[in-house]
Amino acid sequence: MSSLNWTTDLLNQLVSENITAEQISLPSTTLWQIESIHWQHYAELAIQQNVRWVAGWAEHVQDRFFINACFEKQGIYVLLRTIVNVAKPELPSQATVYPAANRSERHTQDMFGINFIGHPDNRRWTRHKAWAKHNYPLRKDFPLQGEPEAITPPDIDYPFVKAYGAGVYEIPVGPVHAGIIEPGHFRFQAVGELILNLEERLGYVHKGIEKIAEGRTPESLARLAGRISGDTTVGHCWAACRAMEQAAGVEIPPRAALIRGILAERERVANHLGDMGGICNDVAFVFAQMQFTRLRELWLRTNATIFGHRLLMDRIVPGGVVCDLSEASCALIKEDIILLRKELSEIMPAIDLNSSLEDRLYTAGYLSPEIASAFGTLGYVGLASGQDKDVRRDAPYPPYDQATFKVALEDQGDIASRFWVRYKQINAALKLIAQFIERLVAGDILAEWQTPPPGSESLSMIEGWRGEITAYIRFDADNKIARFYPRDPSILNWPALEKLTLNNIVPDFPVCNKSLNGSYSGNDL
Amino acid sequence: MNWLIAILQTTLFVVLAPLLAGWVKWCKCYLQNRKAPSLLQPYRDLIKLTHKQPVVSEQASWLFVTAPYIIFSATVLAASVVPLIAVDLPTTASADVIVMVGFFAFARFFLALAGMDIGTAFGGMGSSREMTISSLAEPAMLMAIFTLTMTASTTNLSGAIAHVLNDGLVLRPSFVFALFALILVAIAETGRVPVDNPATHLELTMIHEAMILEYSGRHLALIEWASQLKLLLYGVLIANIFFPWGIAETFTAKALGYGLLAIMGKLALLAIFMAITETLVAKMRLFRVQEYLSFAYLLGLLGMLSHIILEASR
Repeated sequence: MSSLNWTTDLLNQLVSENITAEQISLPSTTLWQIESIHWQHYAELAIQQNVRWVAGWAEHVQDRFFINACFEKQGIYVLLRTIVNVAKPELPSQATVYPAANRSERHTQDMFGINFIGHPDNRRWTRHKAWAKHNYPLRKDFPLQGEPEAITPPDIDYPFVKAYGAGVYEIPVGPVHAGIIEPGHFRFQAVGELILNLEERLGYVHKGIEKIAEGRTPESLARLAGRISGDTTVGHCWAACRAMEQAAGVEIPPRAALIRGILAERERVANHLGDMGGICNDVAFVFAQMQFTRLRELWLRTNATIFGHRLLMDRIVPGGVVCDLSEASCALIKEDIILLRKELSEIMPAIDLNSSLEDRLYTAGYLSPEIASAFGTLGYVGLASGQDKDVRRDAPYPPYDQATFKVALEDQGDIASRFWVRYKQINAALKLIAQFIERLVAGDILAEWQTPPPGSESLSMIEGWRGEITAYIRFDADNKIARFYPRDPSILNWPALEKLTLNNIVPDFPVCNKSLNGSYSGNDL
Repeated sequence: MNWLIAILQTTLFVVLAPLLAGWVKWCKCYLQNRKAPSLLQPYRDLIKLTHKQPVVSEQASWLFVTAPYIIFSATVLAASVVPLIAVDLPTTASADVIVMVGFFAFARFFLALAGMDIGTAFGGMGSSREMTISSLAEPAMLMAIFTLTMTASTTNLSGAIAHVLNDGLVLRPSFVFALFALILVAIAETGRVPVDNPATHLELTMIHEAMILEYSGRHLALIEWASQLKLLLYGVLIANIFFPWGIAETFTAKALGYGLLAIMGKLALLAIFMAITETLVAKMRLFRVQEYLSFAYLLGLLGMLSHIILEASR
């Protein structure tokens, strides 16, 4: 019983087990509504078919909670929904089946007070000490400005996993680090230099994005989405805008789609250049870091010249883009590509032939394909461990629906693989930019906005530079946002770091972490 | 007069140490296509640190506060044993190379204790790594130095250097081995790439820096200065033992002046060599350091053997 579309198979199975799934069609996805008692069983059926868990979030609507989970296989996305009553907010956990759902369910538990029965780890996650235990910020009765105390008390009683035994010691690292990086806490248990266990504690940059999104206009939401994670401003902004456009039935002009493609690929190139330098810097190969930093800087300066912003923030707006490309700008972009290719062709062989660098990057930080698949890792982390996923190819959206490119894939699963996947992605991105410029048609760059009907909802998927970004939007009346949930790829990649550092030595952790480079801000929301 | 010059020479050591650190940084910046800070920047950093109020943890014992002074003094004493611009100084006659290694070990002992004193995970981790590395580096260093002292039949550095000078330019296989052994040890002991990275901000990869993470103000200045001094000391050892030409043998102003110029020139060259290697290689995995230092020991041993086989029977 296998047909081309996995959803038919799964539906048949659900019907044979007398589970009713109400089907509602949404733009680019289907919504299946099931009863809450079947929540976990659905996951069990889905995992048998190798369906991937994508995202999970909830919503407070009057006296009910909508609980959503998104699943994907072969580029076909299904949004699963169940409804529970506010008076008795509980349902079986999917995290027992999908480890990827673990932190997401803990987030929902902290933000809504929804109890996931049988959850393997129901410690608090996003809640630190900024709000009290029985306050749930995403419920509608929680004030928008929060309940700020003068000083948030230190979070000193979080029950970390303990390790006991002769010679076992703990290393707490962060949330404040010696370098200028985002805050996050890492708790190591080690014997000598060998890492026995690593536990992440994130949430230090929780900004309440989901709460402050409520009641915004589309323009204002796009600006907010561009600030979820500063390095992915194009990716998140595009995902949010695409979700809103789908919900409102707005079609963006072809020229705007091509410019969005150029923006996204330029963001990808800049970040990968920075990361490749960062990986080299973490093993004290400063020469390469300086070169990559220089190249990234030149690249960003071109961004500033052409698009008016180094990181391309707020260039994408609902209905299109705000920056048009002149003939001269196109020529400049082409020149930039030639220059970058030439520089990379000199630097990359020097890196490839350096045996001391090779010694550090190969076999270190190994992530097996099985674990990568179990956690649903995305982007370069997944691709380096043989997870062949790329939204641009699997569920193409304009302008990628007409583009030809190869998805970079490696199978060694080590730091070197994640390094070289980034390099391959840079090459693919440069080709894509060239293609988009060739295809650039004359025309408008901004479509007129239409107020969507109240309650219209949509889910969009965009391949950001870290991997698949998912954004969910539901509109209220009067063009206002009722619910916005952005899922950064980091949410699925962070747990993989806990696994890939096992059996490495403590001083190799920083480079392992850099090779994954999750966003703290994108994770904490 | 002799004592006056001995004091002058030790002062020179202390004063010139930041300059060498600045020069190494300058060379590295140049090789990395960066604009280098002024050569005087390390001096400015030290002055800045002495003006800052040291912040000391509530958990710190007397050891934490005293350690910087002990470390700095021990390193200065070690410097007084090493001929910088002139041989045949009274200090170098009263203490030999084993005393110098002892001063280093003394300073390291207190540095490691200070690292553990506060009780942070990083300090203890750094101390543990430092002791592991030094337990491997010290035998290698002694082996290299013994090769030299066997040729000169003295453990006195001044005497050994005078012996090399008197023999003129002779190619000794044992010296080639010992030179390479000493270079490898020097890189490990002064915490340079590829063993340690003095410029890193990654707490988990640090060795020397991990031990001194909690230090600030004048305490940090003293420790930084001591490690700059240690770098200079190793540089002078390599330069003056293996290439002693130019060092003053009489205490005339002219000879001393030439001696100063000669050592500065030699150190400048050595620093360039070091900057190039640091630019070319990545830091090695921590567990490779033992292989690296075993290799240094092996080189020292080969130097000793080749001395016995090829040179001693003359």
